[in-house]
Amino acid sequence: MYLSQFLVLSAVLFSIGVYGVLARRNGVLVLMSIELILNAVNINLVAFGAFHGNIAGEVFALFVIAVAAAEVGVGLAIVLLIYRNRRSVDLDQVDTMRG
Amino acid sequence: MTPVLGLMVAQNIAFYVIAAIMVLAGLRVVTTNNVVHAALYLVVVLAGVAAQFLILGAEFIGVTQVLVYIGAVIVLFLFGIMLTRAKIGREDVTDHTGAVRGAALFTALLLTAVTVYSVLDWFRDVELPTETRTTTAQVSDSIFSQYIVAFEATSVLLLAALIGAIVIARKE
Repeated sequence: MYLSQFLVLSAVLFSIGVYGVLARRNGVLVLMSIELILNAVNINLVAFGAFHGNIAGEVFALFVIAVAAAEVGVGLAIVLLIYRNRRSVDLDQVDTMRG
Repeated sequence: MTPVLGLMVAQNIAFYVIAAIMVLAGLRVVTTNNVVHAALYLVVVLAGVAAQFLILGAEFIGVTQVLVYIGAVIVLFLFGIMLTRAKIGREDVTDHTGAVRGAALFTALLLTAVTVYSVLDWFRDVELPTETRTTTAQVSDSIFSQYIVAFEATSVLLLAALIGAIVIARKE
């Protein structure tokens, strides 16, 4: 197997996630797209770890998974707060901090 | 350049089948108007990522992916959907329209072109070792010796995130 197989798959998934973050208005869907991005990064980490015969790639992928879980928890709490205050999760309407 | 045929064919076929499913499901995640369907397509992508980890011989992180993402994160997402939506089904305010969406599509396509080109430019003929398997014992040895500080910092981070989420989301 080639290393580039995994890297190309990761790049495509990353770009799909970036499109989701930019094109979505629903806060929950934006968080899902961020999960796509983080998983693409994890594929890269594990593939390079396997390529170099080094365990560090897997260990850092584990840390990314833990941080992603924390991020989802806090992110969904923020989305819930926005929904409770505005009865909507439309990110276009969250503009009170606009200068 | 030609890889050794025969030995790795099964892994290659598995890789391409799973990768195609992952990309299609990922596209559905960012295009479907139904929020619940997006979460369920995300399950397919995450399971595919776990399968790719197993193909790469990373057994522990593959199992962790299934447990943490498919077991916990998706449930969190479904809770979020249920708590922030009155109706289950299609919704008309999921996407931007017009110029913003076009700009997002342009950005994504440009990003794909640049990253895929640079990856192929650098790593086109680089082959993975035939034996890439790592055991759970190796991972635990590494975490609990070399990366113990980062591991403890992660546990503090998770506790902080837990408390922060409760403080943010509770009713006044």
